[in-house]
Amino acid sequence: MTDKQLSALKNRVAVTAAWIIALVYFFPLFWMVLTSFKTEAQAIALPPLVFFEPTLDNYFLIQERSGYAAYAWNSVVVSVGGTALSMLIAIPSAYAMAFNPGRWTKDILMWMLSTKMLPAVGVLMPIYIISLRSGFYDTKILLVIIYALINLPIIMLILFNYFREIPKEILEASRMDGTSTYNEITQIVMPLAWGGIASTALLSIVLCWNEAFWSIVLTTTDAATLTALVASYSNPEGLFWAKVSAVSTLACAPIVVFGWLCQKQLVQGLTFGAVK
Amino acid sequence: MKSLRNTALGLTLGVAGASMAFAGELTIATVNNGHMIEMQKLTPAFEAANPDITVNWVTLDEGTLRSRVTTDITTKGGQFDIMTIGMYEAPIWGERGWLEPLEFSAEYDADDILPAMRDGLSFDGTLFAAPFYGESSMIMYRKDLLDAAGITLEDNPSWSTIEEAAAAMTDKDAGQYGICLRGKPGWGDNMAFITTMANSFGAQWFNEDWTPALDSPEWNEAVNFYVNLLTTYGPPGSSGNSFNEILALMNEGKCGMWIDATIAASFVTDPGQSQVADTIAFAQSPQQVTTKGANWLWAWSLAIPAGTNQAEDAQKFIEWATSKEYIELVAENNGWGSVPTGTRQSTYDNPSFQEAAVFAEAELKAILSANPEDSTLNPSPYVGVQFAAIPEFQAIGTAVGQQMTAALAGDITVEEALAASQEAADREMRQAGYY
Repeated sequence: MTDKQLSALKNRVAVTAAWIIALVYFFPLFWMVLTSFKTEAQAIALPPLVFFEPTLDNYFLIQERSGYAAYAWNSVVVSVGGTALSMLIAIPSAYAMAFNPGRWTKDILMWMLSTKMLPAVGVLMPIYIISLRSGFYDTKILLVIIYALINLPIIMLILFNYFREIPKEILEASRMDGTSTYNEITQIVMPLAWGGIASTALLSIVLCWNEAFWSIVLTTTDAATLTALVASYSNPEGLFWAKVSAVSTLACAPIVVFGWLCQKQLVQGLTFGAVK
Repeated sequence: MKSLRNTALGLTLGVAGASMAFAGELTIATVNNGHMIEMQKLTPAFEAANPDITVNWVTLDEGTLRSRVTTDITTKGGQFDIMTIGMYEAPIWGERGWLEPLEFSAEYDADDILPAMRDGLSFDGTLFAAPFYGESSMIMYRKDLLDAAGITLEDNPSWSTIEEAAAAMTDKDAGQYGICLRGKPGWGDNMAFITTMANSFGAQWFNEDWTPALDSPEWNEAVNFYVNLLTTYGPPGSSGNSFNEILALMNEGKCGMWIDATIAASFVTDPGQSQVADTIAFAQSPQQVTTKGANWLWAWSLAIPAGTNQAEDAQKFIEWATSKEYIELVAENNGWGSVPTGTRQSTYDNPSFQEAAVFAEAELKAILSANPEDSTLNPSPYVGVQFAAIPEFQAIGTAVGQQMTAALAGDITVEEALAASQEAADREMRQAGYY
């Protein structure tokens, strides 16, 4: 076998493997959408049904019972709000760490990242009680703050890596011209790292949208998000697969479309710095 | 004098205005099951009759509901004006003063509530939760398969008869299993069933001095029987099966027998979701040495947390949602086959209900035969059929449930599972200061 043939074979194997992995990831999503158009009896049928007469009953029922729009609006507000707040904190912090690193910068970054290793349930009771006593329970502001805090370490780390790629000489030149720190961030660093900032924000929105633990625990009626809506369709005594598939499809649809539209930026954000 | 009167009038109007701004908005925490969803749909009828009250629903899955309402009530969070709770929580929370006592008008006819339900939701004679729908457990079986095998199943058959019937109905090559039972761990899952089975073998959770009794020969015999029965004649993967998984199998015609909540009867006899609806028959739960505690008792009920500002409105809502009139309203909208059952004698006396619900007689018999005050062969210090109504039981029941699942999956022996269970229960009871 020549080198060319070997290379072509390796390529084919890699492409086949990529397709298999993609299909494995895609199948649950496909099955969820398919099940959402079944009746409850069809949803549990054995062998599983691929061809059947589809129904929209589950979707009508969800709209009749739950009012999808209110949950979706809450998800949009807390995802965008949480991302905006975390970016507001992360950009100047990452700037300081990237361009004026101190002796403990890397340790601080590592410490921040280590908070992600803490199980969320470990701080459930303090946060629950503080939110109750402060009157923030079941408000979108509370979720915005929580989401900003839980995503901050990841956002900081990604932005830090982006900012480090900016040549320091550019900033030094601007300082020679007497630029203030604020202008340095807004007029030099941010435009140069705009692609990275955008992809980091997109990633943060996706993470906020999919967050379930805190939204289920810290909301009741006013600030409940789509993940809380999905959880409410689990039924201890009765079949619910078709309904829960429909509500999950509705919860996933906006973020899947959003991700599809922004996939270039997202992939760039996730793979940045992977190859040097 | 005039200015004093004006001030008083102004204050009164101000207070009334302020209270109107806050009053009349009820937040109700509930589970997502058919009867509760129907209640949500019919709530506009209540709001129309009480225009100063609006109702907000918070629907949660069962596990989340339990943790949310428990957290809310223990921290006095005040997030809910009405909570959906079960027969386990009502007497414990009532005793601690965490729930408002319920007092109803004469029209409500509280005496119509089935005595077992009323007693199970009371503490010291005071009702702390009103049953919305109730259930016991019973045998649901494929009569066509048993007839073909020449076996008749009477009420309260012996466990050996159940084994014989399961053997006759099992055809593993055809995907047909003689018996399906819960195996998924949880005090309200596998332990609800296993406890009733153990009760019928003469076992009990605690001795009279509160020491755990899981190391008794009765527990050993019962759990060995359960594991052998299910591994020999049950479907594969039984250790992961709970109500919904078995309901799906039963509706597909894969199970010959199922011993579980009476509420399942309305699903397995519904031709809209069951392929074998017209072949299902019912019998009272099996027994070995006693029928005491052989079938469980449970009610999803509505209760008012102490300290809510909306206690009066909450009481009004509960009175409406658990009334005879509400049951008639459901019947008008969806037919008598869809009404919440297990709560009122008048429902079972209604000829339209009797005609619509083929399971009515068996269900009532099961509920009436369950007695939480006397559920074990030998005297025991606790109240409850499939649980012991003490705060420590949740942790103990969950730990023991995990051991039972491990034994069913073949990871450990029954003897090892029971020894570990006894140790866990003993530790929990010692820490709680029972002895």
